[in-house]
Amino acid sequence: MKVLIPTPLRQYADKRDAVEVSAATVGEALTNLTKAHPELKKHLFTDAGQLRAFVNIYLNDEDVRYLSKDQTPVSATDTLTIVPSIAGGRNESGI
Amino acid sequence: MLLISQSDLDEVRSHGEATYPHECCGVLLGSMHEERNEVKATLRCGNTRLDSPQNRYNIDPRELVRIQRQAHERGLDIVGFYHSHPDHAAQWSQTDFAEAHWIGCSYVITSVQKGKSTETNSFLLSGTGEEDKSFQDEEIQVSASVGLR
Repeated sequence: MKVLIPTPLRQYADKRDAVEVSAATVGEALTNLTKAHPELKKHLFTDAGQLRAFVNIYLNDEDVRYLSKDQTPVSATDTLTIVPSIAGGRNESGI
Repeated sequence: MLLISQSDLDEVRSHGEATYPHECCGVLLGSMHEERNEVKATLRCGNTRLDSPQNRYNIDPRELVRIQRQAHERGLDIVGFYHSHPDHAAQWSQTDFAEAHWIGCSYVITSVQKGKSTETNSFLLSGTGEEDKSFQDEEIQVSASVGLR
C-alpha cells in the first residue's frame, strides 16, 4: 500500500513524498514504515509509543481513530495519509 | 523566503476580508527549495472552529488529506498555510505556535482591520521537531508570474 508523507516528515523518509509498504493492518503499515525509516518514529509517536495527538492517520478518506485504529485492516490498493493538524488563532488581547 | 504571485497574495488577503470578523484559513501549494518556499496555488479551506471563529481556526484533517492527495497527483507540495487575524496584528500568537507542526512550512498571517486587509506577514516554522521548533520572520517576495489557482 502507499503511505503519503507530509512535507515536514520527508526529510526523515529519504525526501520521498510516498512510500510503499506491505501490511495487513494500519499498525503493521506504520511499524513497517518506521522500520524502513527509523527517524520517522519519534515524529509520529511519543516515547510511550502513542501516536502523537496532532498526527492524524487517514485510511483513504477515513480517520483510523474512528475505524479500528491500529487493527484496521488494509489492502494493497489503499492509501494511508499522514497529516499533522493545522490550527491556531489570535490571542484574546494584544496580538 | 516566501515567493508568491501578486494574484495569490491578493487571494489570501481577500479571503480574510470575506470571512471578517471571523478568521479565514487555507493552504499554500507549491514547491520547497533550499532557501525558499514557492507558492503556485492557494486553496481556501473552511474554518471548523464554529465555537470561536473570531479568534480560532482549524482546518478539517479530512480536507487536508484530500488536498494533500490532490497536490501529490498534480506534482505539488503543501508548502504553507494562511489565516487571518481580525482586528489584530499580523503576528503569530502563542496559540499559533503551539498548534504549528509543519516544520519547514510557511505560516502566513494577514491582519484584517475593520474588514480591510492591512499587513500580511510570513513566518517559517524552523527546527527539527516539537522540541526545538521556532517561528522565524520570513521575507515575502511577490513574483510577477500568475499562480495556477
